[in-house]
Amino acid sequence: MTIQIVALAGFMLLISWLISNTIQNLETLGKGVELWFLFEPSSYDINQKLIDYSSRSTHLRAAFVGLINTLIIAVLGCVTATVMGIAIGILRLSNNWIVAKIMTCWVEIFRNVPVLLWIVFTMAVLIESLPRPATFRGDNPESSLLFWDSVAVTNRGTYLPEPLFGNGLGDIGIFGIFEISLDLVAFLTVLFAGIFVSNMIKKRADKKQQATGHRPLVWPYRIAVVVIPPIILLYILGFYLGKPELKGFNFQGGVYLRNSLIALWIALSFYTSAFIAEIVRAGILAVSKGQTEAAYSLGLRPGLTMNLIILPQALRVIIPPLISQFLNLTKNSSLAISVGYMDITGTLGGITLNQTGRELESILLLMLVFLGISLGISAVMNWYNSTVKIKER
Amino acid sequence: MKIRFLIAAIAAVFVTGSAYSATLDDVMARGNLECGVSTGLVGFASPDAEGEWEGFDVDYCRALAAAIFGDSNAVEFTPVSTKNRFTALAAGEFDILARNTTWTFSRDTDLKQTFLGINFYDGQGFMVRADLGVSSASELDGASVCIQTGTTTELNLADFFRVNGMSYEPVPIEDNAEAKEQFFAQACDAYTTDRSGLASTRAAAENLDDYVVLPEVVSKEPLGPLVRHGDDQWADIGRWVLNALIIAEEKGLTSANVREMASAPTNDPEINRLLGTEGTYADMVGLPNDWAVHMIEQVGNYGEIFERNIGVNTPIGLTRGVNDLWTNGGLIYAPPYR
Amino acid sequence: MSDHSFVRTEMLGSQAPPMMEGSVLGWIRYNLFSGPLNSLLTIISGLLVVYLLAEILPWVFLSSWTATSLRECREVIPLTYGEGTTGACWAVIRERYLQLFYGFYPRELYWRVNLTFIMMLIALAPILFPKLPRQMLYFSGVYPFLGYWLLWGGTIWTPFLTLAGLIVGYLVFNFLNEKRGLLIGTIVGTLLIIFWFLFGVIPVSVFLSENVTPLAIEIVESEQFGGFTLSVIIGATGIAASLPIGILLALGRKSDLLIVKSLCVGFIEFIRGVPLITLLFVASTLLNYFLPPGTNFDIILRVVIMVTLFAAAYMAEVIRGGLAALPRGQYEAGDALGLDYWKSMRLIVLPQALKISIPGIVSTFIGLFKDTTLVSIIGLLDPIGLSRAIRSDTAWNGIVWELYAFVAAVFFVFCFAMSRYSIYLEKKLETGHR
Repeated sequence: MTIQIVALAGFMLLISWLISNTIQNLETLGKGVELWFLFEPSSYDINQKLIDYSSRSTHLRAAFVGLINTLIIAVLGCVTATVMGIAIGILRLSNNWIVAKIMTCWVEIFRNVPVLLWIVFTMAVLIESLPRPATFRGDNPESSLLFWDSVAVTNRGTYLPEPLFGNGLGDIGIFGIFEISLDLVAFLTVLFAGIFVSNMIKKRADKKQQATGHRPLVWPYRIAVVVIPPIILLYILGFYLGKPELKGFNFQGGVYLRNSLIALWIALSFYTSAFIAEIVRAGILAVSKGQTEAAYSLGLRPGLTMNLIILPQALRVIIPPLISQFLNLTKNSSLAISVGYMDITGTLGGITLNQTGRELESILLLMLVFLGISLGISAVMNWYNSTVKIKER
Repeated sequence: MKIRFLIAAIAAVFVTGSAYSATLDDVMARGNLECGVSTGLVGFASPDAEGEWEGFDVDYCRALAAAIFGDSNAVEFTPVSTKNRFTALAAGEFDILARNTTWTFSRDTDLKQTFLGINFYDGQGFMVRADLGVSSASELDGASVCIQTGTTTELNLADFFRVNGMSYEPVPIEDNAEAKEQFFAQACDAYTTDRSGLASTRAAAENLDDYVVLPEVVSKEPLGPLVRHGDDQWADIGRWVLNALIIAEEKGLTSANVREMASAPTNDPEINRLLGTEGTYADMVGLPNDWAVHMIEQVGNYGEIFERNIGVNTPIGLTRGVNDLWTNGGLIYAPPYR
Repeated sequence: MSDHSFVRTEMLGSQAPPMMEGSVLGWIRYNLFSGPLNSLLTIISGLLVVYLLAEILPWVFLSSWTATSLRECREVIPLTYGEGTTGACWAVIRERYLQLFYGFYPRELYWRVNLTFIMMLIALAPILFPKLPRQMLYFSGVYPFLGYWLLWGGTIWTPFLTLAGLIVGYLVFNFLNEKRGLLIGTIVGTLLIIFWFLFGVIPVSVFLSENVTPLAIEIVESEQFGGFTLSVIIGATGIAASLPIGILLALGRKSDLLIVKSLCVGFIEFIRGVPLITLLFVASTLLNYFLPPGTNFDIILRVVIMVTLFAAAYMAEVIRGGLAALPRGQYEAGDALGLDYWKSMRLIVLPQALKISIPGIVSTFIGLFKDTTLVSIIGLLDPIGLSRAIRSDTAWNGIVWELYAFVAAVFFVFCFAMSRYSIYLEKKLETGHR
């Protein structure tokens, strides 16, 4: 007990010492701790913004734009890294010698070189090797758009066709903070409703199969309820694809994925995929060989064995380290400033900090935000982990 | 009982403070000057292959060291990024910041810095590829613009485009070398920074004539050295070192002739006062009497520093322009030394 | 002859040996073309490999090592290898490799860096290879102080007195621990060391060097450190210093004391929840706010402090894994022998737990070593920061791949070697446990 009190006292002393130093130092500099600067106009522009933002908006809103950008790269990166990591991890165990060796090289090369180097390197590759917008110009251009003139890949970024609606429903504001397209909401609602109905049909078919031993033919209906209503909705809304066009200096129209986003995305997901591949491989190896042999003796083919027997068991070993890889990826996304991707480190911890000179507040806020994101991810993943864990009875 | 005593003892250890002492005394005691410079901007401050720092801002620090110690090498350079330059200065990591920093109201007041004067008048401009056929910044609507982030450049850019009702795509880049790289690879249509920086970037291009600097100057960028608020003596020394460099050029004192001029009083009383052959002006700020002699002999006057680092015969290739002496129609002007 | 018609009456002819055995063709067939899908994969990946090699190899080998600027490279390479060749300009590496390794460390003092590095390997050897004589551990203990002195220079008294303070503090702790109990021993020992560091070391070393003998070598300022030297210093110091803190945190996290436990968990989770770059921002901009007015560390020390805290949190998790892997019986055995907490930890639990954790510690170190590149973002001249500085030199303006390739290659060699070692160790431990 005394140890605890001493430890607590020591800790409190340390904290109060740090705080009193900070106060004293700030006083010497004539600064205080305050957050009002967050409500002043930011005066700078951000290129990638999913919500309304201009240089007249507040620093707080700039931080919010940055936060959304951080989340975008984190989600994109986690998804691709997982998919690639699982594929590479399985292929590394393949019987095919050359494939296995290539995957080993991939893992070792990406794992053993700093991620920051990969990020700046990928950015350099994109900038130096992709065609410049100017080469698309003229009567006989050097470069042309891909996929029936709908995708433009340039060294500034990639332009994809964007979904547009001839008679759309417009946007709806949420709490006056940001806006969401009603078309998107309607589309998702119809789609999910379709999936729900399709699942109902499946359940009924299952029931019937169990009751009568005979399974009715339902898959055409199931596909139809998922696919047809959204198509009808899109037709009603006057859906068409807006293609990018070269106007003035740049391409206009379409969804613009900037190279900073692509470079960061590629580098982070390649780098993390190497780690995930190792985790997946270890997870698969942890499932005993008897399981594979049992599956084979039941007459399952290798693909089915992997999907039905090995992976579900390996998943339990894989998920905990996978969580920490997701966290690492999210944290590594803060290196975005090295390629000029405006994530929250670039806005709140970068330009806002520089322009207002409020280092203490900005950096502490930044840390809090990341802490929140990390705790959020681990909460979600731990919940998922608990659902796939072996239920011991 | 014992525990309480121990806690009190710990508290006693931690409650120790010390007051700031005069910077000059610290510098004298240390035996060298510590100077914050840019992490690498050719012409203003960059290390060469030997790790020796050189450049326009570096030479100002060398002049200051020569003024205090009579030795222009008694100086340590700390490279600082745009992000931590002010905090590092405030925290006393170095004695003076000479990092082509723009003098602004809020930096002077809110960030508690003292600017010592202006050693270079700059202004933000734009550079584009010649084959774009753009002749004015007002034709840049919709262009991608490379900017070095963390500087006032960013704010000026936003204001310029907003006021003129044009749209643009900012391409923020952390450091200058990278920004150049992207501009030359045409990852952006225009590159904006101070016009001195544009000139040096253009000088580094494979073919100079492929690039043009647009005529518009969208901001005032008076650059100068700065120190912490609160030590007026130190600020005075820094300010008058800068002024003395300018006066030296005005009066024709160069590294070649200053020793001779100082050997005996001349006809010009201001030269005599500056070189310590008349009166005891140096005592007023706590410098040795012949400080200006050492300084000019070892580093040169303002014009020599300019020509050596960024003048027309260097890769940067800047003409004096507004940075010429007021007597030649420029803005460089120093108060009288009396 | 019986009429057991199901019994075979004649022998079958012998079959060819299985494809796998012996023949190269068989191996190829089994490993590369065992089915249509596999054959397709083999062909695609074979083409990919050939394509990549055809792109990269000419670039690597049709290169210039002698030019003095990028412009010259671009002129020389087509002249030597024919029109249209675009090879690498390795000349930049030849000209700057010393800078990339040593930063701006004075050239005539390179031997100090080399010696420190060699001594680091010697100091690490007994930790990494348990077969070596245990006496070598004493050298490992002294090494950090010796290394500091060699790298930064100045008088040897400061590191010596620091080390002496630690030893005296430990002796006092031991003495009081037996006489007065653990708590008093810990507190007095710690306080003694803190007092000595704050008020004793500097004055006494100044006194000794002025009045007895200076025993000083030339001082090298922190600004002159850079390149891979800086990465190794930050990485190695971070790991070495984080090990004891990590052990304490791991023990704290596993302890039954609620307050201690929650403090440790809070610290670990906080550090693991924020990116290293924000901690480096703290080092470069905020740490001065948190310390008494007027204190001023140099930036490398501040970075090392934050990196140590960062590594300590990860280290704590690694060691916690090691502690958890230990059978309960070991803890109970310690208690049964009547050892107190620290003794049973020091003599029974930790030696075993640390041994299990070594692969984890090595991989934490690899991660940390790679993460040292982040210091380039706060303006330190590590290899990536230096490549930026080199690129801003007018002679090498526009050079990209060569520098990145070189830096990546060096990092790869370091990290790959370490990860191989960790795998070797893991295999060795694996057999030990079955």
